[in-house]
Amino acid sequence: MSSPAPALTMLSDEETAFAEALASFFEEQVGPHVARMDEAQQMEASLLPMFFEMGLMGIEVPESMGGAGGNFFLSILVIEAAAVVDPAVSVLIDVQNTLVINALKRWGSDEQQARLLPKLARDVVGAYALSESSSGSDAFALRCRAEADGDDWLISGNKLWITNANEADLFLVFANMDPSQGYKGITAFIVERGMEGFVVGKKEDKLGIRASSTCELIFDKVRVPAANVLGPVGKGYKVAIETLNEGRIGIGAQMVGLAQGALNASIKYAKVREQFGQPIAKFQAIEHQIAQAATDIEAARLMVYNAARLKDAGQPFIHQAAMAKLFASQVAERVASVAVDIHGGNGFTREYPVEKFYRDSKIGKIYEGTSNMQLSTIAKALLR
Amino acid sequence: MKIGVFLKQVPDTETKIRVNGSGDGIETGDIKWIVNPYDEYAVEQALRVKEASGGEVVVVSLGAARTLDAARTALAMGADRAVILDDEAFQGGDALATARALAKVAEKEEFDLVFGGRQAIDSDDSQVPQIAAGLLGWPHATWITGFEQGDGSVTIRRAIGGGTVEVARVTLPAVFTCNKGLNEPRYASLPGIMKAKSKPVARYSPGDLGLEGSIGNDGAAVRLSNYRLPPPRPDGRLLQGETGDQVKELVRLLREEAKVL
Repeated sequence: MSSPAPALTMLSDEETAFAEALASFFEEQVGPHVARMDEAQQMEASLLPMFFEMGLMGIEVPESMGGAGGNFFLSILVIEAAAVVDPAVSVLIDVQNTLVINALKRWGSDEQQARLLPKLARDVVGAYALSESSSGSDAFALRCRAEADGDDWLISGNKLWITNANEADLFLVFANMDPSQGYKGITAFIVERGMEGFVVGKKEDKLGIRASSTCELIFDKVRVPAANVLGPVGKGYKVAIETLNEGRIGIGAQMVGLAQGALNASIKYAKVREQFGQPIAKFQAIEHQIAQAATDIEAARLMVYNAARLKDAGQPFIHQAAMAKLFASQVAERVASVAVDIHGGNGFTREYPVEKFYRDSKIGKIYEGTSNMQLSTIAKALLR
Repeated sequence: MKIGVFLKQVPDTETKIRVNGSGDGIETGDIKWIVNPYDEYAVEQALRVKEASGGEVVVVSLGAARTLDAARTALAMGADRAVILDDEAFQGGDALATARALAKVAEKEEFDLVFGGRQAIDSDDSQVPQIAAGLLGWPHATWITGFEQGDGSVTIRRAIGGGTVEVARVTLPAVFTCNKGLNEPRYASLPGIMKAKSKPVARYSPGDLGLEGSIGNDGAAVRLSNYRLPPPRPDGRLLQGETGDQVKELVRLLREEAKVL
C-alpha cells in the first residue's frame, strides 16, 4: 500500500515555522494596539510597514518580483493567525492577498503583473471594489459605468463598503461598459489613487472590524488607460466571481482565527475566574462549552484547510469554499457568543477582548457573499 | 567577518516540565521546542555585525536531530548557514563536553567572533560559551547589553549590579554572551522562511572534529545522577485581626519561625 495522505492539520516544515513566527508576531506587535484601534476606527500607522517587511502583503507574489513566493495555503495561515489577535488586521491582509493579488495573478497581463505585483509586495495596499449601494448580493446589477474614449475608458459612478479604501493606492474596480449587454458588459479596471476625478469618500462607522477602513468610492469621469483593463473587456463578471470564490476561503480562515482567539481568551479566563470557591473551568458546564467550541473550530478549520489545499492542488473547490465560509462564520459567531457568556459581566465590557470578537464575527456572514448566497452556491452544485 | 552563533534548542517557556519514569531526565514527548530566547539576541547581534561590516553568519547547534528546526529559525531570520552536531555521541554531555565540541567548530570555521545567549533557559548553566572561549584561548564578555564595533576590537557594555554598567574593550577573536536589552530580535519574515529551506546545513561527526571519546557523556566532568521536581511550595499564611496585632504576630513569626530577624 502507498503511504497515507497526510492529515489536513499536518503542516510542512515551512508552514509550521511560519505559523509559529506569525503567532508571536501578531501577539506582540499587533496585540497592544487592538483595543485602541477598534475604539478609534483606525489602523495603527506603524503596523502596515511591518506587514510589508514581514512579507505578509505579497504572500503569493513570486520571489523574482519581491514577494514571498508562497502558495494560497500560506495566505490562509497568515489570515487565520492575524484574526486570532485582530480580525480587522486579518481582513486587511486577506483582501490584499486573496482578492487583489490573486486577481492580478490570474487575470493580469505580463506587463500588468511586472508593473503592479512588485509594488503590492513592497508598499502598496490594494482594494477590491465591486459592491454598490443597490448591488450587494445582486453584484452584477452594478451601475458604475465605463465609457470608451479613444483608447481610454472614462469611469463614473459610486462604490460602497470598500475594504482597505483608506490605506489603498490601487483599486480593482468593476464597471459596466454597456448596460444593454447586462452582466456581459462588466469589465474590471485598475484604478490608482490620484487619478483625476477619483475620490475616496466617507468611512463607515461599523459594528465590528472597526479598525479596517470601509469607504465609499466616487468616480467622476476617471480616465483609465487601456493598459489598466484587467482581463478581457466584458469578462469582468468572471474576474469578480472567480476571485471571490477564492476570497471566501480567506474569510473562512479569518473566522476560524477569530473563533480561536475567543476560545483562547475563554480558556485563560475560566482558569483564573473563581466562583463558589474554585476556578469556573472546574465546572462541567463551562468544560462542556469549551469542548464544544473547540470541536466546532476544529471542524471549521478542516473545511477551510481542505478548500485551500484543493485550490493549491488545482482541483475544483467552489462549493467547498462556500461551505467553509458558511460554516466558519457560523462557528465564529457561536464561539464568540459563548466566549462572552463564559466571561459573564466582564465579557460584556470592553475590558476583555471577547465582546469585540463577538461584534467582529457578524461580518463573516455578510461580506464576500452572504450566508444565503453561500447556501445558493452550495445548492446549485448539488441540484444542477 | 566570519560570525558564529552558538544556538541551543530548549523547551518552550510555558512547558510544564515532568520528570520521566526512570528519573534520569524529563519527559520530552509533548514538549514544544523553541530557540533559547537569549540566543535570539545573539542571532540578531550577529546579523547586525554582518549588515555593518559584511561577512557571514554561521549558526552552530548541538543537540538531537530536531535541533535543526531551531537552526532553521535562525536561517529564516537571516543567518547564512548552519552547522549541526546531532551525532548520538555528542548527546548527554555537560557544559564542558558541549563547549569542547562548539570550540572545535569555531576553530575549524575560523570565526572572528562568536555570540551566544547569556544562558540557556533549560539548564540555566551560563557556562558553555565561556568554557569554549577558554578552550580557544579567546577573551570573552558575558551578559552584554551594548556592542559597538571598533577597529580590531569591540566595546561592550554589561550591567554589573547596583545600577552600574561596566564598559570594556575586547580584542577579537572573542566570545560574547548576549543579554536582554542588547537589541530587539527581528522576526523571521515569510520570504526569510522560504529562503531558509535552501540554505546550507553541514553536519560534523565527532571524527570530523577529532573529538572521539571527549564529547557527550564520555567527555563530561559532571554527570547528572537523577532529576527531581522541587517540593511544592506550602500555602502562605494569612494573618487576621487588628493591624497592630498582625504586625506583632508577623514580627514574632519572622523571628521565631522563619528565623530571619
